[in-house]
Amino acid sequence: MKTIIKNGTAYIDGAFTKADILLEDDKIIKIGKAIKDKADNTIDAKDCHVFPGFVDLHCHLRDPGQTYKEDIISGTRSAAKGGFTTICTMPNTDPVVDNIATVEYIQRRAKDLGYCRVHVIGAITKKIEGKEISEMATMKDGGIIAVSDDGNCPQSARLMLSCMKYASNFDLPVVVHAEDYNLAGKGQIHGGKIASKLGLSGIPGLAEEIIIARDIMLAENTKCRLHVAHISTAKSLELVRQAKAEGMPITCEVTPHHLTLTDEACVSFDTNTKMKPPLRPEKDRQALIAALANGLIDCIATDHAPHADFEKEREFDHAPFGITGFETAFAVLYQELVLSGLIKLERLVEAMTTAPANLMRLGDRSLKAGNAADLVIVNLKGETEISPETTISKGKNNPWMGKTLKSQIQYTICAGNTTWEA
Amino acid sequence: MSWKGERMNDTPQFLGRNLFDLDDYSAEEIYYILEAAKGMKEINLREYKKIPTLRGKTVCTLFVENSTRTRMSFELAASRLSADVVSFQASVSALQKGESLQDTVYTLDAMGIDLYVIRHSSPGSPQLVHKYSGKPVLNGGDGRHAHPTQALLDIFSIWEKRGNLDGLKVTIVGDILNSRVVRSNLIGMKKLGAEVTVCGPKTLMPGSMEEIYGCRVEYDLQTALKDADVVMGLRMQLERQTEGLFPSLEEYSKHYVLSKDTIKWAKSDALIMHPGPMNRGIEILPEIADSQQSIIVEQVANGVAIRMALMFLILGGKA
Repeated sequence: MKTIIKNGTAYIDGAFTKADILLEDDKIIKIGKAIKDKADNTIDAKDCHVFPGFVDLHCHLRDPGQTYKEDIISGTRSAAKGGFTTICTMPNTDPVVDNIATVEYIQRRAKDLGYCRVHVIGAITKKIEGKEISEMATMKDGGIIAVSDDGNCPQSARLMLSCMKYASNFDLPVVVHAEDYNLAGKGQIHGGKIASKLGLSGIPGLAEEIIIARDIMLAENTKCRLHVAHISTAKSLELVRQAKAEGMPITCEVTPHHLTLTDEACVSFDTNTKMKPPLRPEKDRQALIAALANGLIDCIATDHAPHADFEKEREFDHAPFGITGFETAFAVLYQELVLSGLIKLERLVEAMTTAPANLMRLGDRSLKAGNAADLVIVNLKGETEISPETTISKGKNNPWMGKTLKSQIQYTICAGNTTWEA
Repeated sequence: MSWKGERMNDTPQFLGRNLFDLDDYSAEEIYYILEAAKGMKEINLREYKKIPTLRGKTVCTLFVENSTRTRMSFELAASRLSADVVSFQASVSALQKGESLQDTVYTLDAMGIDLYVIRHSSPGSPQLVHKYSGKPVLNGGDGRHAHPTQALLDIFSIWEKRGNLDGLKVTIVGDILNSRVVRSNLIGMKKLGAEVTVCGPKTLMPGSMEEIYGCRVEYDLQTALKDADVVMGLRMQLERQTEGLFPSLEEYSKHYVLSKDTIKWAKSDALIMHPGPMNRGIEILPEIADSQQSIIVEQVANGVAIRMALMFLILGGKA
């Protein structure tokens, strides 16, 4: 079956050009001006931009085990609505993804549904307890692309050293959720002026920076590929900059919320401003934006973390950490960073598509004949209403709930199938 | 603005309002509350300490964190205005069985509550009670965040003695980090023009205090007390020692105790205050707590008056 996308402004070789894109089954077969080929379907993209499908290296589908928060159906449909065609799931499910059976369950379920390509990230340590190395080689045979204890952070440097050695043995990148538990303590928000005022315990930037410094040294020692998850402070960026300057295989990601919100948002005591790492002050946010612009930060990742209403509708310090991200990621970044002139649209698209795919070695995701028919058609002049009713994810825990954001995802096409249509 | 005993006119500017913290109240409104409390204090000195103004109204004291003294103060205040009082204590209630605050408030609200007083260890919980009930809420202390009725009674106690807070030098000494009393007092006292200094060991001092509150931060007691018109001690809790924040009560006391020897660094007629309960011998010595300059016991009496004034104003009491 053939589909032609006519007259869209396509992201090709890092720039935007008017082009038609012809798809056949699950592949892009031709890109060019005024393609005359016959097709079964025609999509008029005259007023739209066409990007490669978004790629998210960091999300939580809560399946198996916590399907009241999210499951593979609602999670992948939510991702498709947000323009994502590839997502990578973190292993902190119940049971934890520390065994090949759970890896295969998630992959099979996602493939059967077909809303999104799902890659699985396995646990670094069994049950993400930070005690024993997981069977990462067996999980790699089952299809995992990386290992992480996300949500948890192995506290023992000795164990982390061993895990990195082992991971590098099987060429698996280690994704670190950097958090020193002693320094983070019972912290609820960033340890700064706002925490002082609200009387909430703070999580200092140090809690992240000390672990990043440690893991960069461990990566240097082990030659392990290291990817820093949801980087959030200026000092963390400086550590990564130094490591990259020395030629080390270190990459990092940033979330939409750390790029667009600060800890000032917490004064409302809205539990949808509570996540790890916490929202940081403006100075850090500015450093993150600059680092995204200049490529020090490699890519955007949502850290989509759905929770049930009854869990978030609580006293601030009793509510769980995390917010959803799929359905707001592009619109929030487009509105807050691109429209305000802080980031070029080209860079945003790169950081949500080819950059994450390349660093996690997921293959060439650019718009090119022969590549997979994974793409997203966006109307930048449109609007997206964020409300509990319009949200597909089971999690309604999002700080933009009730807002209307600039831009609208018109179509998401994954492996040639339309997975979202506005 | 005038206040003539019980013959107060309707005060729409307070009707139905919350008191989460003093941020939301102007200096003018704070003075209005103080004036109202003065009238209430007079009622408390009568033989029959009751006026019928809030008859038919129901006040709920929702104490998720225990505090017998504060709860009694609020309940006496409500009773003396003839409101019905129901008391919800977490230790003997459904919250212990895992019921959420939301469900608790829904349940209470179904019984017809007109005003809530909440004490809770979680900052921001008074806002939640208001969100779930739609009723006015008095914050009776939320974690380390705020304790606005305590601040108002402290301000009242100073105002009564000095007539004005403008330009007064107030020094607060102790565990600033864990004190909701300090945070609310800083907001309120600064609004009324006082110059506030906070003093304590660095490990018990939150960051950015100068920037947030425009106060002075001192780590040395002698420097902090210099020329002070008012000196307030704070309760020092032993558990901070196990949290690694200071080595021993003895060492703390050696550097920060309010005693005859240290208080002489302040003005000779400085008022001595403490929100209680006191650790005599640790942050304050009896020679100071019980001295002529001390108004610690009066603070407690003033607490009832302030809480009466707030309930009266918020529930629109009629004389």
